[in-house]
Amino acid sequence: MKYIKFLGIGILFGIIMTKSEAVSWYRIQEMFRFQAFHMYGIIGSALVVGAIGVQLIKRYEIRSLQGAVIEFNDKKMSIARYLFGGIIFGLGWALSGSCPGPMYTLLGNGFTVFAIVILSAVVGTYTYGLFKDKLPH
Amino acid sequence: MIEFLSQAWAWYISGPLIALVMFLLLWAGGSFGVSSTLRSVCAIGGAGKRVDFFDFDWKAQRWNLVFVAGAIIGGFIAANWLQNPEPLDLSPATVADLQAFNIPFDGGLAPEYLFSWESLMTVQGFLTLVVGGFLVGFGSRWAGGCTSGHAISGLSNLQLPSLIAVIGFFIGGLLMTFFIFPLIFS
Repeated sequence: MKYIKFLGIGILFGIIMTKSEAVSWYRIQEMFRFQAFHMYGIIGSALVVGAIGVQLIKRYEIRSLQGAVIEFNDKKMSIARYLFGGIIFGLGWALSGSCPGPMYTLLGNGFTVFAIVILSAVVGTYTYGLFKDKLPH
Repeated sequence: MIEFLSQAWAWYISGPLIALVMFLLLWAGGSFGVSSTLRSVCAIGGAGKRVDFFDFDWKAQRWNLVFVAGAIIGGFIAANWLQNPEPLDLSPATVADLQAFNIPFDGGLAPEYLFSWESLMTVQGFLTLVVGGFLVGFGSRWAGGCTSGHAISGLSNLQLPSLIAVIGFFIGGLLMTFFIFPLIFS
């Protein structure tokens, strides 16, 4: 039963991602070609609301449903890992027009071939795990 | 109400709602980061026996797998009961750019001919679906997160590493769009 709320939040997420068209391959093309504000508006407004909310959660020590104060872990500083990993991710994002959230959502949208995209992403993740120690972090 | 929901949602409605999803996940005891689920899938498949990176307690992350199962259902609901009767309002400049690569704009969320099972057997389709997916999986784990984990969660928490990752996302995205994409689709 404790998982049912995550299912509900996920359903909400899938609907938002579809209706906002953030799952659209065309919208990602449009974004990287700087031909519309739509995607920048979505990410930018999510960020503004997100940043304000995170500050409020920290300041007022808002608690989660389980009663614990919500904590945020700082990410370990490095440049190579985020820059190189980010570039590889960006190459895939612009080509497939989808990042992981949209991959799942598009599968539900009826683009069943996204099962292959997700499988490929799993193989990519596994391959990273294989070579992790040889890559700069 | 259904009529309102069926339209494409404006960015200033969609963005804050995505932030709401992040808050709901935090409130429920999770966090917003979708690419972690790919690592869990590897662990479930037994990758932890061979590679240490996958030898972790994925069961503690089960909530995230339930979340993405919800995203699949949400996509299904939106596509079947809240579908937009109008074609996607893509910028005419993008339509023209894609036309130049012989990619027709069909008004849907993604070009059907490229995102189909038949397309898998073509060079362009294989690159888009299989290589594209692979790069997303490899890159997101190397960078320690994807759009949700870095661009939304990380930047909302003012994390410099997330800013570096997002800059990387755009360097990679622009390299693909303006240098590699034209080679694949010309």
